[in-house]
Amino acid sequence: MMQDSIQKFTFLALGFFAVLSGLMVVFTKNPVHSVLYLVLTFFAITGEYILLNAQFIAIVNVIVYAGAIMVLFLFVIMLLNLNKETEPHKNPYLKFAAVITSGLLLLVIVGSLKAADKAIATPYPNTGDIMQSLAKVLFTQFLVPFEVSAVLFLAAMVGAVMLGKKEIK
Amino acid sequence: MQEVIQGIPLNWYITLSSILFCIGVLGVLFRRNAIIIFMSIELMLNSVNLLLVAFSASHGDVAGQVFVFFTMAVAAAEIAVGLAILVVMYRNTKSVDIDVLNRLKG
Repeated sequence: MMQDSIQKFTFLALGFFAVLSGLMVVFTKNPVHSVLYLVLTFFAITGEYILLNAQFIAIVNVIVYAGAIMVLFLFVIMLLNLNKETEPHKNPYLKFAAVITSGLLLLVIVGSLKAADKAIATPYPNTGDIMQSLAKVLFTQFLVPFEVSAVLFLAAMVGAVMLGKKEIK
Repeated sequence: MQEVIQGIPLNWYITLSSILFCIGVLGVLFRRNAIIIFMSIELMLNSVNLLLVAFSASHGDVAGQVFVFFTMAVAAAEIAVGLAILVVMYRNTKSVDIDVLNRLKG
């Protein structure tokens, strides 16, 4: 019972943290601060993964998202010298409409899923090796998509290089 | 072992992911800076990942985590190409304001 409430408290704290820094991503003026808040959000989500006993996804989340993708964002912001706080003035009605729209979307999603499932999200029974079972599924059942994702990466790399070149003759 | 393991209701995960997703939608609608819009899209992808892992845990099926893995791969590729497009856009217009891109408007 004690364990239960500790876990619920951890979930709530991490969720609060994630939502707060997610809002800061949107409302901070400086893009560099936005990136840093997004990294905080990713760490909070990683904590939720660990709470769900999904360690592999947690580690990959830190390495890929907080490590690689956010560094890419920071590089682009620094290279383009965008770290100034000037945002072109925008119609305040549009901002108001954006807030109303996303609030209504949240209302609809939460309202429609309210009666969804009272089930308990039990994590995997910790007896076996979670990495082992994940790898077994990944390299047998999902082997073809795994290989196709390699082709996807190659295509993305070629596309990024082609776009980044100064002029294409 | 089983009684030590937690009980966080699945509803909580659904609510948290919905909130994070709507924050992402808010970011896409609210900001004009293309980089922030990209980051909001990442936030939305992450909220869906969280939901996938929660459902995978609740069903005891490891395939959900494999889907999250593939989502991350696709997101990484998408971001690489998207940021390259952003650099080209900056090079052509000297700005990352999406209001500049209105040439396709009828």
